Amino acid sequence: MTRAADEILPATTEARSLLEARALHFAYPAAKNAADVVRGASLAIGRGCLAALIGANGSGKSSLVRLLAGILKPQSGEIFFDGVPLSAIDPRGRAKRIAYVPQTINSVFPFTALEVVLTGRSPYAGRFRFETAGDEEIARDALAAVDASHLAPRPVTELSGGERQMVALARALAQQPQCLLLDEPSSALDLKHRTALLRHLRRLRDEKAITALVVTHDLGLLDPAFDTVFAMRCGEVVAHGAPADVLQDKILADVYGDEHVRARRVFNRTFVWSEL
Amino acid sequence: MKSRSEINARTSANLQEGAARARLVTATSSSPAGGRLRRALVLLFFIFLLAAAISLSVGYQTLDFSLLKHDATARAILFQLRLPRVVLAAIVGASLAMVGAALQALFRNPLAEPLTLGVSGGGALGAGLAIAFGLGARVGGVPLVFLAAFAGAGVSVAVVYRLARTGAVVLPGALLLAGVVINVIAASGVVLIQYLTDYTRALQILRWTIGSLDVVGFDLVWRMLIFLVPGWIVLFVVARDLHLLAVDEETAASLGVNVRSSERLVYIASSLIVGTTVAVGGTIGFVGLIVPHAVRLLFGEDVRVVLPCSFLLGATFLMLADAVARTATGMGELPVGVITALAGGPVFLWLLRRQQRYSAM
Repeated sequence: MTRAADEILPATTEARSLLEARALHFAYPAAKNAADVVRGASLAIGRGCLAALIGANGSGKSSLVRLLAGILKPQSGEIFFDGVPLSAIDPRGRAKRIAYVPQTINSVFPFTALEVVLTGRSPYAGRFRFETAGDEEIARDALAAVDASHLAPRPVTELSGGERQMVALARALAQQPQCLLLDEPSSALDLKHRTALLRHLRRLRDEKAITALVVTHDLGLLDPAFDTVFAMRCGEVVAHGAPADVLQDKILADVYGDEHVRARRVFNRTFVWSEL
Repeated sequence: MKSRSEINARTSANLQEGAARARLVTATSSSPAGGRLRRALVLLFFIFLLAAAISLSVGYQTLDFSLLKHDATARAILFQLRLPRVVLAAIVGASLAMVGAALQALFRNPLAEPLTLGVSGGGALGAGLAIAFGLGARVGGVPLVFLAAFAGAGVSVAVVYRLARTGAVVLPGALLLAGVVINVIAASGVVLIQYLTDYTRALQILRWTIGSLDVVGFDLVWRMLIFLVPGWIVLFVVARDLHLLAVDEETAASLGVNVRSSERLVYIASSLIVGTTVAVGGTIGFVGLIVPHAVRLLFGEDVRVVLPCSFLLGATFLMLADAVARTATGMGELPVGVITALAGGPVFLWLLRRQQRYSAM
């Protein structure tokens, strides 16, 4: 069964929640887009959980993930990592625990993929220290973990969308985090690369117990690939639970404000579409 | 509309070029950045010494170094005229090149540099105003001119940045357009001031706008260093943050970079450095463009390597450019800004063309 947002709060006492947000509020200083804010969003992600964050455009998914990643600061509410308030952890300490994967790497300078991945080691090095051979080994391992070793010497400006996405993921892995936050990673990818990304995330979960929260519009890929789905509407998390429980006509109609959305479970998968 | 075949042809040309570039980059940046920086600095230091020797030995007066022991005039020319001038060229060149490298990383724009972003223009207007109000010309009371130029440069950076930034994105085209317009406004302002002030001050401003590294003794150099050294230090300290920002702003923030405070530090340091150099030498353009790009081609993209290397190569470049300016015509000297603009303008155009192929600006 799904629970309403206010019922999530008691879930904090639930054992093993790794990343938790309580009643987050955020508005951009120069509010151009009044809908694109977070209004009292709460969620709790268990350790080793592969979670998806869905919602209509402008429902605040990206802002929520940026808040969790520490890129934005909430105006009120608190984020806890393993029970410790995120505001009590210094930014570099945070970066050793939580890694953010942007939609893509948009660098205009032809950094090599290895150079980009090595930036993931910066939380571990002093301001005036260059990366060590050990760091480089970790970076190469991170590339290997996403089957992208061959990209290491290539300039990122010349990689395809799918290759850039792998480099972005490898950079996050080089941070050796416990938790990954991915902002619409599959938006620029074709079906093959989308499933490849999911396969990597599932493998990381199974082999290294890495927790991940993925912002996605790929409703068809949620069940059974993910463990948990959070649904946002108007800056709030309005439903969460197992994919099959969240992907219901009534919930989706509410989340997307569209009566025509249908979800049906066949072959142990949930298929989602919108009637014309 | 572009035809599909045209797009395909372009793509394959890009891919081929990409492969060639990949090889070049592999050859230069396969080693860890720390070792690469050390080797690059040793190499650049030798080139710097060579350039210093060349620019000390050429000039309007031919110098016979064997006479230095007995001839007071020769000593005066070397130590009171030529050496201060070469040192001035070196510190101005180093400053402008490093600011260019920092601005390019901060704005993620390979075409950014003090001139193209209007920082020099704003600084020139500030310095012009200070001279017009009698706050000191070349030597007497120089710090006030420095401060005015610093303020002018600071205001133009702030304006250009405000105009170009929309949310999380800095629009590269808007950035450069705003810079150009700031330069035009500032140049008109300087002309207006010249018309409004009295004859002697107008002449002072005119002489200064032409721009020259003409200097007698080390007095001015010391005064400049009071302003430049803090700026240099700040840029070296934020080099790592700039590297992370150049790769990706949001990722940098998630890695613990305080984006706003790094930005602010770079603005202040850049305005301070550019304002000071403009107040002394006038607008010397494109040093901050040519030098960092040469460094990138030679030693890779890592900003922590590019900044210090640009510093050394910038010193080398402007010393040599000034040596050319002093000797090219065989009679009087050319403003060194003419030399750097003639060399740098085409580089800018080439970069613009290359940039358009990678991404529509």
